[in-house]
Amino acid sequence: MAKYKLKVNGKMMEAEVDPTTPVLWVLRDHLNLVGTKYGCGVGSCGACTIHLNGKAMKSCQLPVAAVAAQEITTIEGLSESGEHPVQKAWLSLDVAQCGYCQTGQIMAASALLKSKPHPTDEEIETAMNGNICRCGTYVRIKQAIQSAAKNAHQ
Amino acid sequence: MENISTNNSRRSFLKITSLTGGGMMIGFSWLANLIPNEALAEITAPKEWVELTGFIKITADNDITIFCPNPEFGTNVMTSLPMMVAEELEADWKKIKVEMGDYDTPRFKSQFTGGSRAMNMAWVPLRTAGATARMLLLQAAANEWNVSVSELTANNSYVSHKASNKSVTYGALAAAAAKLPKPEKVSLKKISDFTLLGTPQKNVVGKKIVSGNPLFTLDYKQEGMLIAMVIHPPAFGMKLKSFDGTAAKKMAGIQDVFEIQVYKDGYTRAGFDTRAFNNLVAVVGKTTWEVINARKKVQVEWEPMATYTESVAGRGGKKMETIPGGLESTDEHLAQMNEMQKKPGKILRKDGDPEAAFAKAKKILERTYSAPFLSHNPMEPISCVAHITDEKAFFVAPIQIPEMMKQNIIANLDIPAEKIEMKLARMGGGFGRRAYGHYIIEAGLISKKVKAPVKLIYTREDDMTNGIYRPTYMVSFKAAIDENNQVTALHIKGGGIPENSIHENRFPAGSIENYVAEGWDIPSNITIGAFRAPRSNFIASAEQSFLDELAETIGKDPIDFRIELLQKAKTKPVGKNNEYDAARYIGVLELVKQKSNWSPSNNKNRGVAAYFCHSSYAAHVVEVSIKDGQPQVENVVTAMDCGFVVNPEGAKNMVEGAVVDGIGNALYGGMRFEKGVPMQKNLNQYRIIRHKETPKKIDVHFVQNTIDPTGLGEPPFPPVFAALANALYKATGKRLYNQPYLKELTKS
Repeated sequence: MAKYKLKVNGKMMEAEVDPTTPVLWVLRDHLNLVGTKYGCGVGSCGACTIHLNGKAMKSCQLPVAAVAAQEITTIEGLSESGEHPVQKAWLSLDVAQCGYCQTGQIMAASALLKSKPHPTDEEIETAMNGNICRCGTYVRIKQAIQSAAKNAHQ
Repeated sequence: MENISTNNSRRSFLKITSLTGGGMMIGFSWLANLIPNEALAEITAPKEWVELTGFIKITADNDITIFCPNPEFGTNVMTSLPMMVAEELEADWKKIKVEMGDYDTPRFKSQFTGGSRAMNMAWVPLRTAGATARMLLLQAAANEWNVSVSELTANNSYVSHKASNKSVTYGALAAAAAKLPKPEKVSLKKISDFTLLGTPQKNVVGKKIVSGNPLFTLDYKQEGMLIAMVIHPPAFGMKLKSFDGTAAKKMAGIQDVFEIQVYKDGYTRAGFDTRAFNNLVAVVGKTTWEVINARKKVQVEWEPMATYTESVAGRGGKKMETIPGGLESTDEHLAQMNEMQKKPGKILRKDGDPEAAFAKAKKILERTYSAPFLSHNPMEPISCVAHITDEKAFFVAPIQIPEMMKQNIIANLDIPAEKIEMKLARMGGGFGRRAYGHYIIEAGLISKKVKAPVKLIYTREDDMTNGIYRPTYMVSFKAAIDENNQVTALHIKGGGIPENSIHENRFPAGSIENYVAEGWDIPSNITIGAFRAPRSNFIASAEQSFLDELAETIGKDPIDFRIELLQKAKTKPVGKNNEYDAARYIGVLELVKQKSNWSPSNNKNRGVAAYFCHSSYAAHVVEVSIKDGQPQVENVVTAMDCGFVVNPEGAKNMVEGAVVDGIGNALYGGMRFEKGVPMQKNLNQYRIIRHKETPKKIDVHFVQNTIDPTGLGEPPFPPVFAALANALYKATGKRLYNQPYLKELTKS
């Protein structure tokens, strides 16, 4: 057990956990940020995607001890009240079915648009390929990313 | 207008009451004949109503809440069912709040998510509830203004009197309306008068989903809640012998390690009580990561499970079922199924004289198809919250049909029905898996033991290796062709582990003069369950692949050939009990033909398939390409007939998802077993379709009609497999018979 000071969504937060604890479980069990989801625990599904220093990262594969001063952003911190262009595009395309994977999808998509404001279809597919949606909403996810890219730069 | 009796309609029951502080609530259920009279007594405290499965709540401030009775696992019932209420209520949809109803044991029997039934079951009762409320509000205004109801209009949550230019909110009328006697009859709107139903409406939970709000069981928290996990045998056919939790118990945060027996000895298992492993080791601690780690330190010994029998209450009444011991393997399963194909099966249906037709045949086409066990892998792994105290048994449960769990909870947790309180959490996917709520009992047993609220969490590995799979199947189709290139007989024979694969009364039965269907099954200790139309999805893949090859053999266009058969079934059906409407079947084929510009010059890499199951009709045209030997679905054109389309936006989304899911399962899906051990344990070993493999475009079209709506959860899924296989044949020249298709396609 050790105390960790983490910068999460712009705020300093503290958790006393084992150093091997994945950030996923620190967020969910200790910091009460449950928008980051558990899907597989082996980095294969992307439901746990967060931003680490602005880059998409699977939080189930990130031990808390490795975070140090790096900034964590979760879905709860992506925008004040669900108004991020990617979230808005998700709503306007009515993407979700069960909705469980969508926060991870949105975190992956928003990280992509940060690094590539105008991604090609292929770049979208490559960047998003680590995020599974069992309901199969991929067509709408891609449209939403394209739409967010367009709207953010009008 | 359609007149609906609010008293006598078998499926309709309404209950009206005042809210303290003004307003009214209307409760409804569609199994009124099962509800005792005391339920009609007025209840004034709103708290009493919170447990109802479905109702309208109107406050004095004109806030209108509609409760969704059915558990939500992604088919968007939380939007489409309240739309039915709001249409008849003449309420302002933009201001409606929707909430999920809790489970209510004594009153409501129809919180049913499964079988693609929500739309059809709710269609009359929910509109009746809305219309009744509207009538009461109109009557209250009529009384207030001393005019007749016929002079009033209800619109956008207001009642207006045109002649006097008066207008009042529903909220202002609600308290008075709640005191009025329930109207004996209400009128339902004509479809042509709908202003909300039939228009595309967005998911009412959308904002909460994209904001990451706590909606799911795994997100639930309460004071003092502990985390629990269970350890189950590593193989089907094994059981718990002994365990030692000493080391685990010493670890930080760990509270207890103990054995639970899920179902009591002698318990009569009902249809949705399936579970593979009855004795589990539970590990309970403060946090998830601590429990995950402690679990690895529990020393467990397993031993072979002997063949046993248990009492099962199924559709055909109570019977004893034998579950065989032994460690099963996929290769042996295939050998066993091939062996069964050689022996006579049980004749399920016979029309005409198939033996004579085959004896006379000029040509015979026979093909055999197979498919593996499939795992549901819903994105949210299995979970359940339970807090069992002397006062009540509280659950937060992701469960498709909560009512089906009642007897199980009563029997195995020793809890009387009236103490069960269950919140129906949004489910992170289901696909049939969450109809089987053994995890509710497991969570309950653990809570009882540790005397605290617990959240039971299955890891992905626990979930994938726990059973309740789509069965593995095999079937052969054999057709007799005469000298005029006519199909004169069809012989279907197949089975599965552990259930038969045949739907003997479905198309092409009814369209072929001489027909025989026979089936068999092989018992297994690997458990199975519902899976987005199990059996239908396999038999459709085989049947629709076979019809494609048969059409080619006799030199016919695959769509024309199907329509030709269906015309026969329409005008002169063969045999009895044909389970489909040939005209509607033809309808989707014609629509998909038109929308896909189906023609020989366009069809180089395209395949078609159609199917009818769970009350809706589906046809797909799939176009593929092959890049570096790997298949890619380029685009899909779909035609659906699900009757009147309640919410076209949600409906399209459902169909797109089913198409993607079908492609993924057809190409990659499959569990393998070696000596009872599941070889796929996580999503890095079980391939799920991803962004890159998704079609570029999915074009969904609906047959426009005013038939009562039916569902879309299942029907678009089964025909995807064969449409894909038939397209891959066109692109590669290779017919595919065994799933997953990618394996067969890339096999040299």
